[in-house]
Amino acid sequence: MKIEETTSAIVSEFESFDDWMDKYNYLIELGKSLPLIDEKYKVESNLIQGCQSRVWLHAGFDGTLVHFTADSDAVITKGIANLLIRAFSGHTPQEILDSSTEFLKEIGLTEHLSPTRSNGMLSMIKQIKMYALAFKTKAAMGN
Amino acid sequence: MNVKLHNPDKGTDPEAIRADFPILSRKVHNKPLVYFDNAATTQKPQAVIDALVGYYTGLNSNVHRGVHYLSQQATIAFEEVRQKIQHFVNAKFSHEIIYTRGCTEAINLVAASWGKVNVGKGDEILISGMEHHSNIVPWQMLCEEKGAVLKVCPLHPDGSLDMEAYAAMLGSKTRLVAITHISNTLGTINPVKEITRLAHEKGITVLIDGAQALSHMKVDVQDIGCEFYAFSAHKVYGPMGIGALYGKEDVLNAMPPYQGGGEMIKSVTFEKTLYNELPFKFEAGTPNVGDVIGFGAALDYISAIGIERIAAWEHELLCYATEKLSADPAIRIIGTAPEKASLISFLINGIHPFDAGTIIDHMGVAVRTGTHCTQPLMDGLGISGTIRASFAFYNTKQEIDRLMEAIEKVKEFFL
Repeated sequence: MKIEETTSAIVSEFESFDDWMDKYNYLIELGKSLPLIDEKYKVESNLIQGCQSRVWLHAGFDGTLVHFTADSDAVITKGIANLLIRAFSGHTPQEILDSSTEFLKEIGLTEHLSPTRSNGMLSMIKQIKMYALAFKTKAAMGN
Repeated sequence: MNVKLHNPDKGTDPEAIRADFPILSRKVHNKPLVYFDNAATTQKPQAVIDALVGYYTGLNSNVHRGVHYLSQQATIAFEEVRQKIQHFVNAKFSHEIIYTRGCTEAINLVAASWGKVNVGKGDEILISGMEHHSNIVPWQMLCEEKGAVLKVCPLHPDGSLDMEAYAAMLGSKTRLVAITHISNTLGTINPVKEITRLAHEKGITVLIDGAQALSHMKVDVQDIGCEFYAFSAHKVYGPMGIGALYGKEDVLNAMPPYQGGGEMIKSVTFEKTLYNELPFKFEAGTPNVGDVIGFGAALDYISAIGIERIAAWEHELLCYATEKLSADPAIRIIGTAPEKASLISFLINGIHPFDAGTIIDHMGVAVRTGTHCTQPLMDGLGISGTIRASFAFYNTKQEIDRLMEAIEKVKEFFL
């Protein structure tokens, strides 16, 4: 499935919620169901330091596709990480670099997008794109 | 300036007081706003907003040295506020009040200027374990530059300062004690007079970070006896971007200037500059006149109500909130010192403060979550952050009930 197809599916899911409580209940469920990250990846170097919650993001590259895993000490942040992984994991570096993050605005999570010391969501997206760029370079160099 | 004053007859009738703060009648997330983030910044009364508008509509002009009418009037208003601040904190002279951008800049001024000539290799600066980053980092920077050592006085488990340890840490190498008056995370009110007395016995200079104190209690810098007292206007119902440093006259006089530029000079040639006298020596560049005027209006406003009445009502709110939060076994209060200002840090049974704060926000209640810029304190307590509710005199017990409802909602979501 293309990234845009996944993100429109996410947007449709969120459109079905009538109020903020349903939306957050869903995010919390997503947070609880986020596949566990391998403990060996919960290291300082994978930490995206926001002021409020800690997020670990690991990226693996099989030569073609990038695979992300993540964890956070806050459940809502884990839910957001789950959404991002669903959208971007299992794609080529170029697809990830070309993709838009507009869907996060459409599902009404803009409050989490502000570049403040909130939950590191913006940093997560930045980090996902950085990994994609790094892997693209690596692939181009034939390593 | 014609500043609309609060009518003292209103007493501390919450409804009458709340009417003075336009923002309190707005809604967030379709619910009436409950503003419990007063330790981060307080809301502004109409009198302050009017003073700012009044300044820019009728008085705006650059201060000092101007011979024209507006410049003179602006200068008078600007200097009148200096006297208001002097009286508000009971400084001996108005030239002991230096305008700064805020409390942080006031502390940095002391670190840069006083530190430049008074701290050397191997010297010690003593802070406490409950300091805000603003009262840690400037001293770390100074220590790094000078080869000095930063010492940290420990706390008791309830969040009060370990005074025995404090007294023992004052040594022959200690040059400065820099400690907060009230902890922005725990609410602890420190015995600053005793802290100062003990330091002075050993000839040590004292700086008190007053950011959290000025809005909650009567501050008397002469009674405390400290050399420096730093504070911000925006935590005392005034505008952001303005604050002040109180410094004892002789200490300030012995200090080199902080920044160079206009206003702080007496005469300039390319060979030699003669510095201006206090307080202008420390106020380089065009000052923030408008916000100074707003600061003055804020002090007039709270003086008219009376800081003692404000303190009494806030104490009642603190007791009410403490009682409500303590009654819930899922809640753990962080910071239970006997002397506390009107703020409470707490955790809800293993729920991350960020998660809790997000839901509380959607219930229309503004609290702060995270480390409150006191990361070393959080590390010391072994927690990643807290939820903090901080009260002002315009808050009500009904609003605390709204917080309790929001906490119930958090529990529904996460427990």
